[in-house]
Amino acid sequence: MTDATVLRTEDLSIGYRRVRNAPVVVASDLNFSLQPGELVCLLGPNGAGKSTLMRTLARLQPPLSGQIWLDERRLDDLRPGQLARRLSIVLTDRVDVGAMSGYGLVSLGRHPYTGWTGTLNEQDERIVQWALQAVRAKDMSDRLTVEMSDGERQKVLIARALAQQPRVMLLDEPTAFLDLPRRVEVMDLLRQLASENSQAILLSTHDLDLALRNADRLWLLSADGELFDGAPEDLILNGAFERVFSAEGVTFDRERGSFHTRQEACGRLRLEGDGVAAFWTRRALERIGYAVEKEGENGNSASYASNLHPRQSVSGAVSVRMEDGRLLYRLDSGGREDSFTSLNELTTYLRRGGAGGDTDAKVDEDLYARR
Amino acid sequence: MSRENVPFAASDVRVQASLTRRIAAGPGLLLAGLALLALAAFMLSLAVGSVRIPLDEIVAVLLGGDASKPAWATIVLKFRLPKALTAMLAGAALSVSGLQMQTLFRNPLAGPFVLGISSGASLGVALTVLLAGVAVGLGGSTTLLAGISLAGDTSLALSAIVGSGLVLLLVMSVARKVQSGMTLLILGLMFGYTTSALVSVLIYFSVVERIQAYISWTFGSFGGVTWRQLQVMAPAILLGLAGGHLLMKPLNALLLGETYALSLGLNVRRVRLGIIGSSAILAGVVTAFCGPIGFLGIAVPHLCRSLLHTSDHRLLLPAVTFMGATLAVGADIVAGLPGSQLTLPLNAVTALLGAPVVIWVILRQRNLRQAFAG
Repeated sequence: MTDATVLRTEDLSIGYRRVRNAPVVVASDLNFSLQPGELVCLLGPNGAGKSTLMRTLARLQPPLSGQIWLDERRLDDLRPGQLARRLSIVLTDRVDVGAMSGYGLVSLGRHPYTGWTGTLNEQDERIVQWALQAVRAKDMSDRLTVEMSDGERQKVLIARALAQQPRVMLLDEPTAFLDLPRRVEVMDLLRQLASENSQAILLSTHDLDLALRNADRLWLLSADGELFDGAPEDLILNGAFERVFSAEGVTFDRERGSFHTRQEACGRLRLEGDGVAAFWTRRALERIGYAVEKEGENGNSASYASNLHPRQSVSGAVSVRMEDGRLLYRLDSGGREDSFTSLNELTTYLRRGGAGGDTDAKVDEDLYARR
Repeated sequence: MSRENVPFAASDVRVQASLTRRIAAGPGLLLAGLALLALAAFMLSLAVGSVRIPLDEIVAVLLGGDASKPAWATIVLKFRLPKALTAMLAGAALSVSGLQMQTLFRNPLAGPFVLGISSGASLGVALTVLLAGVAVGLGGSTTLLAGISLAGDTSLALSAIVGSGLVLLLVMSVARKVQSGMTLLILGLMFGYTTSALVSVLIYFSVVERIQAYISWTFGSFGGVTWRQLQVMAPAILLGLAGGHLLMKPLNALLLGETYALSLGLNVRRVRLGIIGSSAILAGVVTAFCGPIGFLGIAVPHLCRSLLHTSDHRLLLPAVTFMGATLAVGADIVAGLPGSQLTLPLNAVTALLGAPVVIWVILRQRNLRQAFAG
């Protein structure tokens, strides 16, 4: 990776001009840069102006003030064709090109390089093939785009943007309509494309987890137009996430890098057990509102202490272990011991008031029968 | 994950490239077939009518020789040839215009007629024909001009071009703001209602002979165009067709939507004006000389897409040109009811034949998006 900056902004102000009134400023005094070979994820609450920023960087709308430099040239000074050879975009809009093959769609990306008929020469054809291969979509070459799944079409659209051979690729929520495995695949692909082709890739997303795992840097755009720039981990540690996403009833869990709804814990349970089973048991118990204390851990871990009512004490213990090749869950509470064969049984029992002081709990007959 | 996927053998690419070229040879043959079909329809239209003329006689006449019956040469050269040429030009023009509109508006129902371009042309013509009558009437002279002079044709064509161009510019300026295809269609429909209301006001105050002339113009006909009028019509349409074909690359980019087209370095505003310009010339000129001919403009692009299985304008533009010419000549042959002295209104024929064809094409598609290019 070189130090060369491929895109940088100088006191950039973005927003909308209105006919008679003062312009709507979405964000101002933005100074940031993109380096070749890095994947940057743009995160922010809805309405913070992520799309406005992307559109401004792609020159689809003018900035209110400030400068954008692309390849050390002012964005405004580039002719449309020159810009198209340096910067390409993938939009959220659904694309309906009618009866067109994947190859045909990707070859539209060669438009900035071809003549007036748009006919590809041998080099263009080689680049289209390369782009399809780069997104692992070579088998989609002859297939019609209308017959592709959302994930396949998204890959082909990325290949189209790649065929423009840009220095910077901007993607607006490229994972929005994809299922989880496809989202992981696309993110992974983009990270590789950035480093293999020394391109700068900027994408906006709501997928916090994937962004934290894949991005070289994050840009957090807050609702009041502040941009936090840094490695994902830095932004977690310096509290930028809380500032950007602060909202009623939601807290950011720094330990896990995810958001939780803020609620009072309904009880505290100690958990005994190891490995994956213990991990998911903890998740299940937390989901139904218990504060979980792992055996041997100090129960005062930062995130949960804040949620827990001070006078609540440990109301029981849950243990999970393998017995005869099956997982068995034991609940020890109020001097009673119950065992369950699935987390569903355990959580159902707990939700109906099984553990913790509520002696009048109506416990389903059926549940006892199953024990 | 593995870097092995990234490098690839050069030979691999060459195989793939030659494969795509071979696939492209298919549509090339289809295009040649469509051109031959258009030629065949052209020859047939010279041969049939109230009198049947053998093909070899027609060829002889076209090559400047004499027919075995002198009347045949007159029929072919004075009546059937200008009519056939007009039909081919008009069919090609309306189809190219329809294709452009469908892609520009990304709407399968768009066409020169639906968006009110023809309505605008109708109003222009109505103003010229009917108001001129009123003016002449007010001037005290009730004599109608027996024939329309060359200057008259040009003013008729001009008024149609101005009418259709104004409507298109209006539609476009609204289109830039609303972005919804449905709104545009409703807008076009409203233009239709408005213009027909204005036309009926004009009719109300006009003289009977003028009204008759206007109404027979609305039936549509290729037969009324003389050699002299063709001298105006043919260059205008050929210019429009050439302009339309020059826009094949921008039209392909527009398949992705305007934002993507912009990001590909396209000057969308200029291209949009170019498309509107050529479309207005094509639809406007045809409407001026032949009347508002419906259906061809919507139906032919759909037919060609389903025939060629592509939305690539590099193929579609020549394809709709040939197909439009063929179908227009075909409709004219049917309207002429060969072997009889009767003729049907051309618009009745295009709608009666065109509507079932469109229905058939649409129903055959698993999904409408596949049937059009936007």
